Amino acid sequence: MNYYSDHPEIGFYLNHPLMARIVELKEKGFADAKEYSASLSSAAANNAPASPLSFRRGVGGEAAPVDLGDAIENYRQILDITGDVAANIIAPNSESVDLEGPHLENGRMIYASKTFENIDATRKAGLWGVSMPRRYGGLNLPNVVFSMLSEVISAADAGFQNIWSLQSCIDTLYEFGSEEQRQKYIPRICAGETMSMDLTEPDAGSDLQRVMLKATYSEEEGCWLLNGVKRFITNGDSDIHLVLARSEEGTTDGRGLSMFIYDKRQGGVNVRHIEHKLGIHGSPTCELTYKNARAELCGSTRLGLIKYVMSLMNGARLGIAAQSVGLSQEAYNEGLAYARERAQFGQKIIGFPAVYDMLSRMKAKLDAGRSLLYQTAAYVDIYKALEDIERDRKLTPEEKQELKKYQRLADAFTPLAKGMNSEYANQNAYDAISIHGGSGFIMEYKCQRLYRDARIFSIYEGTTQLQVVAAIRYIINGTMLQNIKDLAGSLCCDGVEAPLAAPSASISASSSASLAALKARVEALIPVYEEALATVKALENQEAIDFLSRRLYDMTAEIVMSLLIIRDAAQAPDLFEKSAVVYVGMAEEDVLGKAAYIKNFQPASLANFRAE
Amino acid sequence: MSLKIVVLAKQVPDTRNVGKDAMTAEGTVNRAALPAIFNPEDLNALEQALRLKEQHPGSTVGVLTMGPPRAGEIIRQGLYRGADTGWLLTDRLFAGADTLATSYALATAIQKIGDVDIVIGGRQAIDGDTAQVGPQVAQKLGLNQVTYAEEVLSVKDGKATIKRVIDGGVETVEAPLPVVITVNGSAAPCRPQNAKLVMKYKRATCPMERPAEGTPYDYLYEERPYLTLNQWSVADVDGDPNQCGLAGSPTKVKAVKNIVFQAKESKTLTASDADVEGMIKELLDEKIIG
Repeated sequence: MNYYSDHPEIGFYLNHPLMARIVELKEKGFADAKEYSASLSSAAANNAPASPLSFRRGVGGEAAPVDLGDAIENYRQILDITGDVAANIIAPNSESVDLEGPHLENGRMIYASKTFENIDATRKAGLWGVSMPRRYGGLNLPNVVFSMLSEVISAADAGFQNIWSLQSCIDTLYEFGSEEQRQKYIPRICAGETMSMDLTEPDAGSDLQRVMLKATYSEEEGCWLLNGVKRFITNGDSDIHLVLARSEEGTTDGRGLSMFIYDKRQGGVNVRHIEHKLGIHGSPTCELTYKNARAELCGSTRLGLIKYVMSLMNGARLGIAAQSVGLSQEAYNEGLAYARERAQFGQKIIGFPAVYDMLSRMKAKLDAGRSLLYQTAAYVDIYKALEDIERDRKLTPEEKQELKKYQRLADAFTPLAKGMNSEYANQNAYDAISIHGGSGFIMEYKCQRLYRDARIFSIYEGTTQLQVVAAIRYIINGTMLQNIKDLAGSLCCDGVEAPLAAPSASISASSSASLAALKARVEALIPVYEEALATVKALENQEAIDFLSRRLYDMTAEIVMSLLIIRDAAQAPDLFEKSAVVYVGMAEEDVLGKAAYIKNFQPASLANFRAE
Repeated sequence: MSLKIVVLAKQVPDTRNVGKDAMTAEGTVNRAALPAIFNPEDLNALEQALRLKEQHPGSTVGVLTMGPPRAGEIIRQGLYRGADTGWLLTDRLFAGADTLATSYALATAIQKIGDVDIVIGGRQAIDGDTAQVGPQVAQKLGLNQVTYAEEVLSVKDGKATIKRVIDGGVETVEAPLPVVITVNGSAAPCRPQNAKLVMKYKRATCPMERPAEGTPYDYLYEERPYLTLNQWSVADVDGDPNQCGLAGSPTKVKAVKNIVFQAKESKTLTASDADVEGMIKELLDEKIIG
């Protein structure tokens, strides 16, 4: 069993058309490997023993890839290790972790006993601080690969994936912290210390502008002191916290908030309560009290919410999208395995149309959602890598343009990837139970845990309703329509995207003909979508637009995913052709239905919907 | 104290996942059909070695294996998990060895490595199931041996304290160094591979398996000495060819037969006094009890 290599659909995205560019930017022309080689030959010239320590930027040069193929090979190996740890350590521990959960002891949160085993295994496997540059001890992995690791770990245990993937908070510290803070904290995360982002409070959930936790600068202590309460903090007793706090006395909105780094070694933060939750039991959700907790400012004051948390949240949202895809896969696996085994009315239930209809839709949502996830992650990678290069040197005008383009795409796609995949994970977990029938309602079967665990995905890091809010301006202003047209245009007539990687030789003539027909069906949805968009805009009624925005959001995402899955099916028909056929059918069903809804909608009828 | 530890490891066909083509028509193992893996109990041994290395700063762990050039994979697997080095004994003269010739080869290699404090390996390999190699290596080197170990509890003052599995329980024993230890499958499982170490060593090969010049990445071998694994022949370990491989193996296979059980393996008895008495009598007659 290996949660990565058992599903070639994951590794397929290492051949993503943008991957070559991502690696080129992320590795900065393979500078680490070159520098390492140079250090070896200069050591040889000096007749000194070649030591990795002579690598100027610290250890790790020997692990740096020398070219694109080498980098991809490294990614595959890391994924393979993770798939092994997920299947053979984390998954077998998941039931026990779910039953035991964390507990409180003298103001400290103690993980479920098997959670410690999971953390230890991921540390020994070197799976911490993976996105960080090698000079701090990281693996310099792009977001695409980080998302794959997230997905694989989530499939084994979604609750543990939270603890693990919160390491991505370090990206924010890297981006906005000082060099001194980077050197102080990043190596600790690379060694396996854990993180949390302390944002929400009893009166500040979705509305973070209301955060009250107080930060005051103490001249006496020469540092900031934090006082107040945080609530619903995932992994809240972590080693290193990023804390959103009000540094500007007398302010009441987001512009008075700053970001702080709290190091558990300093003391001053205690866990007051651990929530009892419906699902993700292994992931401790803590209420924290801050009493004169010494903290460091990260970045500048007043930019805490408006800049840093926005960056933090975008990363976290992609993390939830990956968590969702992993659980969708596991729910599909469970449903499929049961349907193959279970016989009723003298045959295996997988043979019944009602059952295989469900299974095919689960797989189609899984595959299309995954494609959207990695498309989004790829956009994030390009603009983040360019931003990082910009820290060392000025970008060329072309690079600046590229950065802007991909940042806009990332911003528009992230709420689609998070919202759709979290909803799909819930739907797949629901269907997995349906396939199990009565057994699915019994606590001995895994699908009940998946069902409970999935429920939070469409709530935390911004509910689906808030993802719609984040996405809708790109929909209303036509950005997404243009993206859809560009995407459709980039697929050749047979569905193959003008390829960087050669399409697989196994595409049969019949397969590409059927993909071309599918593509034509999706293209026929675009004018329908355009008309719905125009209808909504013409309402010129903000309440009506807000009311209909979820429908536009779904239509947008479904058309995007249809095009992506057709592209993937053209490259790898064995993996994706069935899902492309099923998904396009579902998209038509939904987009046409929603178009009809919007067409017949009367703002005056809103009165019928208002609860009071 | 820092320790020099040698882990004995063997590449074996994965007999745990046997398909229908696992045996050839002649009744021998079809190695091509079975994936080659790190012998499971040798992984348990590697974990014990790596723990000792962590507890004793400055210690080194090396993986010693014998096999064809592709068995270099075993050394890579060790390096991926934290071993410092490895040696592959590979030579046509080593081929066809039974347990006696194998332990001779390993013992000479250990002598060649020199100053070893602890030799540790799995209790037995899943292809042969003999459990003879570890003890024979100890015998040939004239060292103490502790078999069926479950955990090396501590090493200090020149002594190792070891928990070992015995019938119905465990016992704790002490042995002076140097010592040969064989580890039982109930010991802690081996840690996962480490991402950074995999990236570092993924192209490490013994000289016989090195990619030809002109193939991608060939230049790395010149530049990075750690990519070349130690490869030793009989001559390299100052071995006596007559005690190696087929020549040094007194075990001769006369024939291999498929065994099909003719008799039924079970008997059904009722709870009647007559049946119970009959069973007691039979067990006494067969000297199973009494």
